[in-house]
Amino acid sequence: MAKKKLDIMEQIRESNKAVTTGAIDEKDIENWVTIYIMGRAYEVPADLTIMQAMEYAGYRFIRSAGCRAGFCGACATVYRKAGEYKLQTAMACQTRVEDGMYLVQIPFVPAEKAVYDINQESLDLSSLIKYYPELARCVSCNTCTKACPQDLEVMDYIQAAIRGDFKAIAEGSFDCIQCGLCAIRCPAEIVHYHIGQLARRLYGKYGIPEDKNLEKRLEDIGSGKYDEEFKKVMSLSIEKLRAIYVEQQKTREVY
Amino acid sequence: MPEFKMIGGYPEYMRESIKMVEKTRSQRIGKLPTQMTPKEREDVLNLCHPDYVTGGKRSISIGQNKGDIAPNEVIDLLEAYPLIEPGEIDLSEIDYEPDILIIGGGLAGTSAALLANDSGIPAEKILLANKLRHGDANSMMAQGGTQAADRDGDSPVIHYIDAIGGGHYANKPDVVRSLVEDAPKVIKWLCNLGIMFDRDEDGNFKELTGGGTSRRRMHACEDYTGMEELRVLRDEFRNREIPNLEYSPAIELLTDGERVTGAILWNIETEEYKIVRSKAVILATGGFGRLHIRGFPTTNHYGATADGLILAYRVGAKLRDTDTVQYHPTGAAYPQQIIGLLLTEKLRTSGAQPVNKEGEAFVFPLEPRDVEASALIRECYIKDNGIVTPTGMKGIWLDTPLIDTINGKGTTEKAFPAMVRMFNRFGVDMVKDPVLVFPTLHYQNGGVETNPWGKTNVEGLWVAGEVSGGVHGKNRLMGNSTLDCMVFGRRSGVSAAKDVKLNKKRGKLTLEHVKKYIKMLKDNGIKPLRKAPILLPEYRGKAVLARKIDIF
Repeated sequence: MAKKKLDIMEQIRESNKAVTTGAIDEKDIENWVTIYIMGRAYEVPADLTIMQAMEYAGYRFIRSAGCRAGFCGACATVYRKAGEYKLQTAMACQTRVEDGMYLVQIPFVPAEKAVYDINQESLDLSSLIKYYPELARCVSCNTCTKACPQDLEVMDYIQAAIRGDFKAIAEGSFDCIQCGLCAIRCPAEIVHYHIGQLARRLYGKYGIPEDKNLEKRLEDIGSGKYDEEFKKVMSLSIEKLRAIYVEQQKTREVY
Repeated sequence: MPEFKMIGGYPEYMRESIKMVEKTRSQRIGKLPTQMTPKEREDVLNLCHPDYVTGGKRSISIGQNKGDIAPNEVIDLLEAYPLIEPGEIDLSEIDYEPDILIIGGGLAGTSAALLANDSGIPAEKILLANKLRHGDANSMMAQGGTQAADRDGDSPVIHYIDAIGGGHYANKPDVVRSLVEDAPKVIKWLCNLGIMFDRDEDGNFKELTGGGTSRRRMHACEDYTGMEELRVLRDEFRNREIPNLEYSPAIELLTDGERVTGAILWNIETEEYKIVRSKAVILATGGFGRLHIRGFPTTNHYGATADGLILAYRVGAKLRDTDTVQYHPTGAAYPQQIIGLLLTEKLRTSGAQPVNKEGEAFVFPLEPRDVEASALIRECYIKDNGIVTPTGMKGIWLDTPLIDTINGKGTTEKAFPAMVRMFNRFGVDMVKDPVLVFPTLHYQNGGVETNPWGKTNVEGLWVAGEVSGGVHGKNRLMGNSTLDCMVFGRRSGVSAAKDVKLNKKRGKLTLEHVKKYIKMLKDNGIKPLRKAPILLPEYRGKAVLARKIDIF
């Protein structure tokens, strides 16, 4: 290492190099694991996620990478560990590599989404069955739940759908990132995440009371109530705006 | 990296500092450091904000914004050559001929498509092109909420002042007014489409504040706000059967010599190009987080590579506020696998405090983002009160157990399922233990200048969302980005539809603007070393790349 003292920004750049450029200094890595990407073995640093490890190994993602933070469902991954029979699921960006992982990613799920008009539907079980009749084929095997990388109780919300309990299905499916692993594994060929989406929208539109303030505010804006005030503040100098801003910050609502 | 004895996800030595945090926790409740004065804010920004300290930037040497300051990483792309040779593209065969081409399928692009359709453009005359999948966007990852001044004691004017003050008075006033006045309309629109916002027992919105936000006006869906908003809009888009191309980034805009009249799309898998001729183009391509400005990690989506900014600049669109970048105060600093990922500001809104290695709260938790981020950097690098991770990063504790202490047991898991889940996956329990944070590259404050309808100075071209500039001035507030996307997505959809109906005469497609741009690059002595847009960042292992042979 050169002795030159780095300034703050250079220090920050240096400490983030591996994450921002993929430049990993092999001599700094003490722990290595072997993973099998679609069957082929690669030695990778043990501290990486599956996604980072595949990139380290030389793969450039087009499919199967998206937000890289666990929100988009693009990097659905199926794996088995050496010596085990069990197939497991994960999001590649949210799972650390383990020695002996046999990995494959699911780039696309060929599931059918119903086309409907939300304004013509109601909060009724028939809306779900009409578009997704296979819902009735659920055999309660719980495979969907086991496949969910978000650890949702998928089977429970499908059972709630069969009962027409919209609150339970909406809340139970709310954290779904729509990766499709449930649907890929389901022996009854149910598309859980599309059913959850339909049910949530119906519940959000027809099952929740309205906020009491919103309508009034919309009326006020529509009637031009704020026009005068806007005209005034939009013509103020920066100094005057600053004074108003500073005063306004002092009246900050407690959180 | 040496092996450490691990206790509950943290090496033993970090546990020592956690003990200090635990020791001071009860004394810190209700006793926050005071907010900084304007002078104190200015001082900390000058001392530690990556935009304010020297280096990292230069002035743009070519084009309509010549002389403006921007990060080196952005200018490197503005001063780069196109991916195509204009002479080698066949513009005589048109593959798609929609009225409106929308490029980018996050909240802005999807909103634009829906409102264009509402405004009378038939679904089959709209085309949405996505670089990756529809919904692959920073919008999907937005956690904290969407601002809308709808409560008593709040008003669009108060929201306006918050946004302008937070933006250092550099915001474009007419677009800010549209932002805040349309906000309640956007909330109503989402409710009509069936969104599930967080509500109290009576059905009223549960609203929180954010950094630099003086009233509670943040509408949230747990910590999955953007995901819920986008998946509802995307579902509606699919119900209307609007045509959609995935894995088809735009690599250049097309004009008829006067106005933007289409784009070249590139199938990122088969590498074939397609020509789109349209009457209007709406760019909603998002921001530039994956350029890793100043070497910072980022909260951003894999595809956030400034593509739209580059294409718009080549066609003559004017940029503004390119000199500032938003660093979110709380990116994950530990464990290594999630460095840079977002820890929503809502955590601080709900009571979590930034705390140094000695267990001291050293900053008001909800300063505007640029000020808060600078204070964290100062604490780590100037006051040396940060915690050093096994990979050599410095960070500050975000004392998350306070959330349950203040709001009751179970609050964290209920309000922050995404955060709890992420840390659990890597062995850290944020309900019991604090988490380590450091500022991370979050948002492109500036961008393409527009009028209140998303229209640029170039005929035929609209922009919406993060690719645009002006509405946030030099610093965006929490909850104003998802709002920005939907307000100006909707407005650009309406405005473009209106323009289409005027049936203006349009000439033959050309790439003259690209030829001119190439000439300008050459005339300025810029060597053809770089090409843009880059479409995706490069993270492959260096050892592999060193031995790579390009055969196919």
